[in-house]
Amino acid sequence: MKPAPFAHHAPHSVEEAVSVLAEVGHDGKILAGGQSLIPILNMRLASPAHLVDINRVIGLDRVDVGPDHVRVGALVRHAQLERHEDAYAALPLLRQALVNVAHPAIRNRGTTVGSIAHADAAGEMPAILVLTDGVVEVAGPKGTREIAARDFFEGPLETSLAEDEMAVAVRFRRFATGTATAFAESARRHGDYAMAGVAAAVTATDGVITAASASFVSVTDVPTVLDLTEVLGGQEAAAADWSAAAEAVRAHIEPEGDIHATAEYRRMLAGELARRVLRQAAENAATTKGSTSR
Amino acid sequence: MSDMTTDQTTEQLHHVTVHVNGVPRSASVPARRLLSDFLRHDLALTGTHVGCEHGVCGACTVLVDGQPMRSCLMFAVTAQDHQVTTVEGLCSAPDARPCATGERMNPVQQAFAECHGLQCGFCTPGFLTTITAYLDENPSPSEEEAREAISGNLCRCTGYQNIVKSVLRAAEIRTERQAENDSDAAGDAQVEAAARHTPSVNGKERA
Repeated sequence: MKPAPFAHHAPHSVEEAVSVLAEVGHDGKILAGGQSLIPILNMRLASPAHLVDINRVIGLDRVDVGPDHVRVGALVRHAQLERHEDAYAALPLLRQALVNVAHPAIRNRGTTVGSIAHADAAGEMPAILVLTDGVVEVAGPKGTREIAARDFFEGPLETSLAEDEMAVAVRFRRFATGTATAFAESARRHGDYAMAGVAAAVTATDGVITAASASFVSVTDVPTVLDLTEVLGGQEAAAADWSAAAEAVRAHIEPEGDIHATAEYRRMLAGELARRVLRQAAENAATTKGSTSR
Repeated sequence: MSDMTTDQTTEQLHHVTVHVNGVPRSASVPARRLLSDFLRHDLALTGTHVGCEHGVCGACTVLVDGQPMRSCLMFAVTAQDHQVTTVEGLCSAPDARPCATGERMNPVQQAFAECHGLQCGFCTPGFLTTITAYLDENPSPSEEEAREAISGNLCRCTGYQNIVKSVLRAAEIRTERQAENDSDAAGDAQVEAAARHTPSVNGKERA
């Protein structure tokens, strides 16, 4: 199918983009990579009267690696971030997750910030933003503001962005020294929407776990972080009680069933994935001396 | 910037120019014209096939500035001034060679012909563009990598076995032709160097 008609706006600056949004209000939608938006338009699940195409806005395509954060501009394509060596060195979790985002042709076009602003519970990068305790940088007609990841996601496909605001960048926070991460998901076909996915971060000192947390893909309504420090803290990274952690994950999540997998299956799957990624992250945290952190 | 009101009966047209297979091509189209439809309907380049129109099947994959992208998930207005390579453009690559019919084929096209990498052929343009770009990045993939490289394209005929073979064969052909091109270039350079250094014969410069 084809999209319904819309007016196309091609601003060259964030100010211009935001002023169009302010003018058209609820009828406006930002178009960046379009890999989630255009399918929705093609299927006529949405028909905004105005698309604000930000692909010609200057200065939004930068990845900046700072001492505390990796900052990703709104026009950085998934593939660009995936291949960014400094970003990988600073925060390996980015590449660990990005290689699971759809297929390469989609990653060449789709943007990381766009997939976060789309706020699909089946998206990988919203889960990564919350696990890294990240921040969304927002521009609106009244100026700029920052929204913590935990306050950004309000529901499936719903964020705390106002209708005249756009996300101009996100900042993923780098983990403390001694932390390692891992990501795994399971899909019917590699690159399809995951039936379940888990991201894990584990911190260890002298082989003993001092902190652990996980976030989830496709099994919670909004991306949430489960703190597993109480379950795993103080245990040997090489032989922690992974079953207890998996049980905590199964109790935390709220999967829904569909034609691809029942809710029970997704719950079981997320528990097993959590066991694997937590173990992998813990082993890496215990064996690498903070090489993955600042 | 376009008008603030949109009326279905008087949809505003945009003059769009896209560099397709090295040639600037223009048409006046509504903003909602997908790049896939721009190529097929407005430019009559029907090699790009449209399957699902939501990015799943991969049949419409073209190269935008050298990178594979779904042309059904891009608007023509966004492609303004960008370089697009469609399946029609693959035969003009430097490593394309004439085949039995006299038409030119790049290594991936040649490999699909040799390995029976297609049956009905509907999905093939998307595979050809995807694999061509992939081999530029990874010139000698393993079988597993070849399978991963085509994981974003659907084929309902072949069962993929012969497509995987085609990827591996394309890598071989590509390497062979690159060596030929290199030795041709080296040969040309030698001839030029010889021409420069050969002393004049009978007082005449060698051509």
